[in-house]
Amino acid sequence: MSFAEIRKKILAQEGRMYWRSLEEFADTPEFAEFIKREFPHQAEQWDNSLSRRNFIKLMGASLALAGISGCVIQPPEKIVPYVKQPEEILPGKPLFFATAMTLGGIATGLLAKSNEGRPTKIEGNPEHPGSLGATDVYAQASLLGMYDPDRSQNITYLGSPRTWQNFMTEVRAKVEQLRASGGAGIRFLSETVVSPTLADQMKKLLAELPNARWYQYEPINKDNVFAGAKLAFGTPVQTVYKLDKADRILSLDKDIFSEFNVRYIKDFAKGRAFNDEKKEINRLYVVETTLTLAGAKADHRLAVKPSQMILIAKAIAAALGVSGVNFDASLLDERTNKWIQAMAKDLLAHKGRSVVMVGDNQSPEVHALAHAMNAVLENVGKTVVYIEPFVPNAETLQIDQLRQLIQEIDRGEVKLLVILGGNPVYNTPADLKLSRERLDKVPLRIHVGLYVDETAELCHWHVSEKHYLESWADTRAYDGTVTMVQPLIKPLYDSKSIYEVVQVFFKENYDKTDLDIVKGFWQGQSSQEVDFEKRWRKIIHDGFIENTASQAKAVNLNTAFISQIREPKTSGELEIAILPDPSIYDGRFCNNGWLQELPNPITKVTWENVALVSPRTAERLGLNQGWDPRSRAGGAEGISFINTKGGNLFSDLVKLKANEAEISKPVPVWIQPGQPDDVITIFLGYGRWRAGRVGTGLGYNAYEVRRSDAQYFGFGSLEKTGQQTRVASTQTHFNMEGRDILRIWDVEQYKEHPDMGHQHDEYPKSLYPRYDYSDENAEWKHKWAMTIDLNACVGCNACIIACQAENNIPVVGKEQVERSREMHWMRVDAYYVGEDVNNPQDLAFQPVLCQQCELAPCEVVCPVHATVHSPEGLNDMVYNRCVGTRYCSNNCPYKVRRFNFLLYQDWNTPQYKLMRNPEVTVRSRGVMEKCTYCVQRLSLARIEARKQGRRVRDGEATTACQTVCPADAIVFGDWNDETSLVAKMKKDKRNYILLNELNTQPRTTYLAALKNQNPEMPDYVRPPEIKHKKKADKDEHKH
Amino acid sequence: MQDVKEFREQMQPAILEGKHDFATVSDKIGDITLKRKTPFHWFVGFAIAFLITQVLLMTITYLVLTGVGIWGNNQPVGWAFDIINFVWWIGIGHAGTLISAILLLLNQKWRTSINRFAEAMTLFAVACAGLFPLLHTGRPWLAYWLLPYPNTMGMWPQFRSPLMWDVFAVSTYATVSLLFWYVGLIPDFATLRDRAKSKVFKIIYGVLSWGWRGSARHWHRYEIAYLLLAGLSTPLVLSVHSIVSFDFSVSQLPGWHATIFPPYFVAGAIFAGFAMVLILSIPLRHWYNLKDFVTMTHLDYMGKIMLATGLIVCYGYAMEAFFGWYSAAQYEYFMIRNRIWEGPYWWSYWLLILCNGISIQLLWFKRFRQSEFWLFTISVIVSIGMWLERFVIIVTSLHRDFLPSSWAMYSPTIFDWSMFIGTIGFFFALFYLFVRFVPIISIFEVRTLLPEAHVHGHHQDFEEIVNEVEIEKIDKP
Repeated sequence: MSFAEIRKKILAQEGRMYWRSLEEFADTPEFAEFIKREFPHQAEQWDNSLSRRNFIKLMGASLALAGISGCVIQPPEKIVPYVKQPEEILPGKPLFFATAMTLGGIATGLLAKSNEGRPTKIEGNPEHPGSLGATDVYAQASLLGMYDPDRSQNITYLGSPRTWQNFMTEVRAKVEQLRASGGAGIRFLSETVVSPTLADQMKKLLAELPNARWYQYEPINKDNVFAGAKLAFGTPVQTVYKLDKADRILSLDKDIFSEFNVRYIKDFAKGRAFNDEKKEINRLYVVETTLTLAGAKADHRLAVKPSQMILIAKAIAAALGVSGVNFDASLLDERTNKWIQAMAKDLLAHKGRSVVMVGDNQSPEVHALAHAMNAVLENVGKTVVYIEPFVPNAETLQIDQLRQLIQEIDRGEVKLLVILGGNPVYNTPADLKLSRERLDKVPLRIHVGLYVDETAELCHWHVSEKHYLESWADTRAYDGTVTMVQPLIKPLYDSKSIYEVVQVFFKENYDKTDLDIVKGFWQGQSSQEVDFEKRWRKIIHDGFIENTASQAKAVNLNTAFISQIREPKTSGELEIAILPDPSIYDGRFCNNGWLQELPNPITKVTWENVALVSPRTAERLGLNQGWDPRSRAGGAEGISFINTKGGNLFSDLVKLKANEAEISKPVPVWIQPGQPDDVITIFLGYGRWRAGRVGTGLGYNAYEVRRSDAQYFGFGSLEKTGQQTRVASTQTHFNMEGRDILRIWDVEQYKEHPDMGHQHDEYPKSLYPRYDYSDENAEWKHKWAMTIDLNACVGCNACIIACQAENNIPVVGKEQVERSREMHWMRVDAYYVGEDVNNPQDLAFQPVLCQQCELAPCEVVCPVHATVHSPEGLNDMVYNRCVGTRYCSNNCPYKVRRFNFLLYQDWNTPQYKLMRNPEVTVRSRGVMEKCTYCVQRLSLARIEARKQGRRVRDGEATTACQTVCPADAIVFGDWNDETSLVAKMKKDKRNYILLNELNTQPRTTYLAALKNQNPEMPDYVRPPEIKHKKKADKDEHKH
Repeated sequence: MQDVKEFREQMQPAILEGKHDFATVSDKIGDITLKRKTPFHWFVGFAIAFLITQVLLMTITYLVLTGVGIWGNNQPVGWAFDIINFVWWIGIGHAGTLISAILLLLNQKWRTSINRFAEAMTLFAVACAGLFPLLHTGRPWLAYWLLPYPNTMGMWPQFRSPLMWDVFAVSTYATVSLLFWYVGLIPDFATLRDRAKSKVFKIIYGVLSWGWRGSARHWHRYEIAYLLLAGLSTPLVLSVHSIVSFDFSVSQLPGWHATIFPPYFVAGAIFAGFAMVLILSIPLRHWYNLKDFVTMTHLDYMGKIMLATGLIVCYGYAMEAFFGWYSAAQYEYFMIRNRIWEGPYWWSYWLLILCNGISIQLLWFKRFRQSEFWLFTISVIVSIGMWLERFVIIVTSLHRDFLPSSWAMYSPTIFDWSMFIGTIGFFFALFYLFVRFVPIISIFEVRTLLPEAHVHGHHQDFEEIVNEVEIEKIDKP
């Protein structure tokens, strides 16, 4: 009996009999059997032949399913007005609450916007050290995660709903049985424990049940960091970098711009800033395999095979003079040696103001070598700070903890397995897979999680987990600062937090709320009991506890490990690099439409993962070659990196073998400039079979070839299947075609010629009067304007999601992205620079949003006045008036307009209705839309200012992209206000107008990016001579 | 009388063949509608066309219910098949107006036997064309907002937008064309009324002929009205397609933003229109035995006009390429290189050149102009070529514009095709109905071609013709 049949049967019942008959129905033998079956074939629910888009629309699950699993009766709502106005609650006026999101073992402090008790937008907490007001894509998209209608909605036993009481009674009965033996056979498996309260619970519980064990496993973890520290210092430590104090930064495969730590971007941007006061900017060297955001931003990038990294690290250590390193220079080619020598010289010249960072995926040896390098460079205590790990049991690597658990399961010692969050069935390595066969050996399995996922499917009990926006919790920032999480909304479903589930295992006080547990813990920590309530209020208000950042830990470097460093393994085959997906991470965000549709920052691929190969390797192996040489070589100017017809858009599907395993699904290949030859990069997180209506079945599963001894790198081979597939990418052409679009200047040249970017600002005469924004005509007339500093921008994509969340932008799905119909108002364009497609000089990013032209080409061609100029100079889009001719988009040279070709908005799902920003119109089909400069925020600021009888202050009116930007690249404000930051930025000599020759006179302008190259480096590229001034003028006049 | 017939037979070029008098002309044309059994091929043809019309209706229904996303249009290619088809159909219509109005004013007698169905073609083509701008909008139920009508919103359309001008241009064109066609039909409806045997047809044609009795006063007023409408239509031939071309040339997109567009579009329209007239007239004269009225001379003339306008169009192609290079504007230059050779749609450009540039060169030779087969084939090729021309202009300009990051490919979906082919079916279904119920050739105007008309009405002319023929005889021993 399947769900479909049950549904049919229930629907066959008539009218008022329904509820009664459902119960009767449950008594029939077939139904009993259905319930009894351990793992009902719920798969059918997911293998629906409906398209994903339509399925998303059918959010409110069908009546039959609601009848069986959706037993949560919504609390009765009272529709009465407030008799007493609650303090601070003003209908229509949002409130902000401090909270935090934890990912990858660190937390970012947040401010969540709440409209009438519904969180509607996530902002960074400006006070929190891990945020300073900025957030990343994951925090922004977590909002959608909370409202995801596919989240598990109740506690279930074998798929049928149970109450919390049921759960407690039955689980406690089992625990009581095992208590006699000291909890032998009880095993907890959680993700990295960051929360001090949870760590405390863990400690106390293990004291109560001495024979129970608690393991931590997360696919992306800090194992290598701790192992490396142990090698170097004999004790695990965590490293905190002070990038704002570093003038020279060397990254060994560490992508500081993609990791869950926006503070590093902020600090980096601070060191990168160039202005009248600060004319020295930092220099970034990156040695890496796969081109990442860090590599794109680097002034000098060295692409190496994963197996070579240890050699490179040794070579650098030798060049820096780390004692005990004997390096044979002949192992590396001459250019690489030169590169290392010149770089080392530069680092040595900046002792104490440099930093060497290592990626979490690099081997412990590389980490240990970096510790030695930082010691030689006298960075410790200045730019590098070591702190005590705030993760309990950091001594044992997570992979070893998992191995231990697997061994115990295999030996049949585990009687009760409690999986606290995470999805180990999906994301454990192939050789330590928590497979169905293994789990069958455990008599009782409990899973706590946000989704009924691959793991929940194989467990007896599933407890729906509270989203962080629904729960009380504490966590820690990257520097150890204790950070508090408070709920923004009563749990949408019958969910429990991990604290509450763990509490069930205690002998006493087992039924406590997360608030009681967390608050209780901190009350216990607090010395002055009297003040606690007050203190607690302050902590919750601030979102973190001041001065709780971990103290620097003194360590003693022992370089004995250097002699033990193994020679790199080599193999004739291809090398494989495994990375977490930049959008959906380790797979946990697989069901998040915003993140799925968020383009990969480098490849711009959406909705799936691809395998990256270098152009040369692709040619050698005959991958993605296409039939038309034009589409490969592509552009008109120079060598271009395009992926149109015949290239990447029709990707070859290959069978990919790695680490003696094979990925079961064919893998689409993507040619990636900057990828080292003979290295294939694959991404984790996809290929899920039980993710939800959005994420199920997308992409291939890289965990199939991930091994505990080869978690990030391995060796493999590929074989063409002869088939091709279409990959949905939002950008297909990465060559500027010699156009003046994205300006990247050499910083030295710019210092010499500050006027090198001069653009004509005299425009041809016109019969039409110009718009007048001067203050004389109206009080406090605004002239909104924006600058985007490309020198600061690292391409992290946070602005895209922030814009999506703020402006109710729909997700369109893979098929629509393939048709080039994505709706993002804001996009981050990427362009490669250089002559060699295999080794591009640069990959630069340019966020593009509506430029808000003064002479807007869109305005004049709209036949119905649906896009008009506002008195503040914005190009307003009047959705209600738009009939959808799309002429405005055709005439927009920046192509920033987005059209609702179909009904992209989900009008039915109740959860999404709660999520939307009430200040922004939800657009229907057939309507053009585009960036409004967040006009709703501007209006709010204007109204507030008018109420107080003053001008809008600088920084009061902000756009969503601006506030989220970790690099502070986006500056917005009133250009009429001479003192505003934006007016200052507009005067910067780097300021330029995109497509100035079209005389659109946009409000959004860009500040040229700067490269701080080291002239001694072998890959130094001499900046092109500056065109003669007069000629440049002449060019301008032509138009 | 016998003499007259003799020399008329020798008269070259022949725009009227066979032995005809007033009665035979009326019979031959009027009987198609009134007496002759509806031929089997009519039923087959109409059934096919009607079926395809249903495809159109289904597509439109699905389109209105679902949205223009069922087509392949995207960002940056906001317009594609919708506007291509619109311009294509509008262009086809132009030949009809040219034949009926401009050739009338220029006193080109040969137009009389083809103007009726050419005008009908115009009307039906405009009907097909009109569907596209209406349905290409995201919310077609609000497309009436493009009309300047007083409303409670206090909103007017924006008169600066070329789409607005289109609304006026096309609606004026449709109205004037309809009036022109209908006014020309009144005497013939009266003829049919008089000759009809069935009561029903008598009443219908009676109503349609508005009490025409053929009195001198009627004829007098008719002639004035017809001439006035011809005068009104004449500028429309030039203006409508000029304004359609403004949709493109007013914008600032490289490949659209060109001053050459208005004359280039008008020439292209006439080019395409004559191709369609040929496509229609060649089977018609066969199936309905109208070779006496639509003679090889007509076909030959139309071939020449196609050649002339086709060459103008080719000049346009050459100039576009030249300007791309000569302007020294990098976007223009890139656009033309992308269009011709470096872009992924290069094939469409060369197919266009093959269709519109190479194929028409055959028309220099009388052999091909005198061959129905060749004329028909070349006309079909030209029709395809003119469609491709709009594809090249619209899609290849849009798909790669200023910022390479936005570049994307366009490919049509099945609904793009069903909409396009559906309008072709619709067009032919209307045309089949026209053929069945309306005199396809102007009876009374063909009558004026008869020598009898000249004997009685224009004695002087008759004399002149006799003289001319005599002189010719002397010249050619």
